[in-house]
Amino acid sequence: MTEAAPSPLLRVTGLTHRYGEIVACRDISFELFAREVLGVVGESGSGKTTLLNCCSAHLEPTAGRVEYDTRTHGLADVFGLREPERRMLMRTDWGVVHQNPRDGLRMDVTAGGNVAERLIMTGARHYGRVRGEATTWMDRVELELDRVDDPPKTYTGGMQQRLQIARNLVTKPRLVFMDEPTGGLDVSVQARLLDLLRGLVRELGIAAIVVTHDLAVTRLLADRLMVMRRGEVVETGLTDQVLDDPQNPYTQLLVSSVLQV
Amino acid sequence: MEPLIEVRGLAKTFTLHTQKGARIPVFEKLDLVVHAGECVALYGPSGCGKSSLLRSLYANYLPQAGEVLVRHRDARIDMVKAEPSTVLAVRRETIGYVSQFLRVIPRIPALEAVAEPLRALGTDAEAAGRRAADLLGRLNVPEGLWSLAPATFSGGEQQRVNIARGFVVDYPIMLLDEPTAALDADNRQGVVELILGAKERGAGVVGIFHDDEVREAVADRVFDLRDFAAAA
Ligand SMILES: Nc1ncnc2c1ncn2[C@@H]1O[C@H](COP(=O)(O)OP(=O)(O)OP(=O)(O)O)[C@@H](O)[C@H]1O
Ligand SMILES: Nc1ncnc2c1ncn2[C@@H]1O[C@H](COP(=O)(O)OP(=O)(O)OP(=O)(O)O)[C@@H](O)[C@H]1O
Ligand SMILES: [Mg+2]
Ligand SMILES: [Mg+2]
Repeated sequence: MTEAAPSPLLRVTGLTHRYGEIVACRDISFELFAREVLGVVGESGSGKTTLLNCCSAHLEPTAGRVEYDTRTHGLADVFGLREPERRMLMRTDWGVVHQNPRDGLRMDVTAGGNVAERLIMTGARHYGRVRGEATTWMDRVELELDRVDDPPKTYTGGMQQRLQIARNLVTKPRLVFMDEPTGGLDVSVQARLLDLLRGLVRELGIAAIVVTHDLAVTRLLADRLMVMRRGEVVETGLTDQVLDDPQNPYTQLLVSSVLQV
Repeated sequence: MEPLIEVRGLAKTFTLHTQKGARIPVFEKLDLVVHAGECVALYGPSGCGKSSLLRSLYANYLPQAGEVLVRHRDARIDMVKAEPSTVLAVRRETIGYVSQFLRVIPRIPALEAVAEPLRALGTDAEAAGRRAADLLGRLNVPEGLWSLAPATFSGGEQQRVNIARGFVVDYPIMLLDEPTAALDADNRQGVVELILGAKERGAGVVGIFHDDEVREAVADRVFDLRDFAAAA
């Protein structure tokens, strides 16, 4: 039984990004397949957010290519797409969970409205159905339904983060980009959020790139790890192999600086 | 019959870059063949590399040389070189691994943790739950604990949850790292029966059993790691 090699969902080739003199990402290449979760770890300033923003088409890299398996044209350069096509991709196929919920939510719109908005942007019109979907998703991320008409600015950080997740997953994206999804939260809140994310990602078969500097997060969520330092990828491999038997000196330092992950 | 596992020229050395690049050579030029229905016991003193070999078979450790060929579906996969997604598929379908210590998500109930590998293969929740309950029962884990997260369980209870999780899928290959270390005689017997059952259905088993009685009950042959000690 031989299987044809599947084509990747996302392919990054020779990606370099500079901010003036600073080289934030240098010559990065990798592929991400459907249902695969890639963790990106590394010290502060190593280029993780820059890489993520380039992959999600929010930042055009100085050099290199980012290709995505579009429904219409197959693997296509995301920066070569026409603007409406790219916008559609961002609204339907992709989700972005920002570290700061303020960047991913509309703080003055009701929570239900925040979730419904993505549905409406993708063409849903029927009010009752949109509201029904929105409440279903609030329930799935364990948000109390009697808060559906409150704006997120009245929510706690953990609740805002769960709302952000609901807002993204409601359109059933194929690929979700997450930047420190559990950063800035209390440890107990982090744990619940992680359990929730892990369950949803597996159940829905979503592919994801998760940037974090918490190695424990990658152990739970990621199939594969990429370790970055000074804009370069220094080690990559199966998550537990990289954490339990790191080969690169920098990865060894990173792993040995935490007690147990 | 083609073997389930064929290890050729395997070498493992740790280089500790954070400790002045100290090198710990563990084994080298290691060959091992495991056939269906047989149980091979890894043997040798503490620190000789038994766990390192088992972890290398599971691709949890990265050997410095050699290959680990595993029969997966109808293909042979080299676990040393395989892509992460392939390794994960092999782990889902072909190789079960019972580590010395339980390492599951701390907050999910024992029954769910045990059923999880079956669920990942697409078995429905009810059938997976039944199978998990059957195993937990056979391993004498008190029923009152099944709906609780294992974090607070005793060492022996955690290990039995871990064993149940390892045996919940009928994997063609089982890797066992001291599965009976924290168990009393009765519970050891439960594990021995599971291992014999796995062999019966044709699984190949590689294990580390520090208990002589257990080893004699399950192992067809002993594989002495000292024969492959790497020169320092
Ligand atoms: N808009 C910008 N203009 C100029 N320099 C930037 C800009 N954004 C990031 N940088 C620089 O690029 C480098 C990589 O930054 P990036 O935000 O990608 O790091 P990071 O790995 O996400 O770090 P952290 O873990 O702290 O979030 C850093 O040296 C940073 O100062
Ligand atoms: N992840 C690791 N990083 C560095 N060194 C390691 C690592 N894992 C094992 N070692 C070293 O490799 C050698 C073999 O260890 P291993 O755990 O394989 O031995 P063992 O035969 O299973 O011993 P025991 O019977 O005590 O469990 C030891 O010197 C150990 O310190
Ligand atoms: Mg960042
Ligand atoms: Mg050991």
